[in-house]
Amino acid sequence: MARMKFVCDSERCIECNGCVTACKNENEVPWGVNRRRVVTLNDGLPGEKSISVACMHCSDAPCMAVCPVQCFYRTDEGVVLHDKDVCIGCGYCSYACPFGAPQFPSQGTFGARGKMDKCTFCAGGPEANGSEAEFEKYGRNRLAEGKLPACAEMCSTKALLAGDGDVVADIFRTRVLHRGTGAEVWGWGTAYGSQQAGTPPTGDKK
Amino acid sequence: MRRAALTLFALASGALLLAACTEKPQTNAEGVKHDAVPWSGTGTQANTGTVFTAPGWKVGDKTAWEQQIKLRSNGQNEYTREN
Repeated sequence: MARMKFVCDSERCIECNGCVTACKNENEVPWGVNRRRVVTLNDGLPGEKSISVACMHCSDAPCMAVCPVQCFYRTDEGVVLHDKDVCIGCGYCSYACPFGAPQFPSQGTFGARGKMDKCTFCAGGPEANGSEAEFEKYGRNRLAEGKLPACAEMCSTKALLAGDGDVVADIFRTRVLHRGTGAEVWGWGTAYGSQQAGTPPTGDKK
Repeated sequence: MRRAALTLFALASGALLLAACTEKPQTNAEGVKHDAVPWSGTGTQANTGTVFTAPGWKVGDKTAWEQQIKLRSNGQNEYTREN
């Protein structure tokens, strides 16, 4: 199996924040911590684009490289996880991460900045699978339940894809090849009939 | 007698106060990072008795889990679902 990956299709993301809500609900993420968030570029301007961002589970993760206590590890499925029992909440990982994935709860063992929290690809952490301790520290372990991350499975437009990198890449490739523009866009016929984009409706008006 | 009682009280109070200073160990039991493989499943939830495992694959079987994840991933492709 290839590595687990996320891909967000900016052509499809409608900034509904369903992924953010799904993540918070599924993992009972504390107030003030967002493991996932939607970023909008050129907000309010023509050509506005949104993408959903969380930990990208890098193959060569900078957070892992800078951690002074080596609390990060990578599973065989390519998911970057960390051990909260080892984390000292120094915040180096948040400076190193280009996606702003590491989050720090304001109420924690260390007062102002608690132990780091981030997206786990819904794969839990270094506790017994499905245990209360795992849920409390890291959230649900959906991978061990044979499911994909809640954010991607909840995405209404399927802008956010998750899973085996090869499969996700195939889905995205098919999509790009098919969607085209105007009436070629997938679903156009269902929504507007066979009429071409920009063409006035034909037929007699009485 | 009174002095002994006071000493005992002071010791008990001290022990009680210091008990709040204990904390969980900061390292893993083995001292290395470990995590169970995902195909080992999550079992039955202790508090509710609910099984959250998705149907259609056998827990403990790596190949079955990989197939399940592949199937689930392909479920995100509406071109294969609708056309």
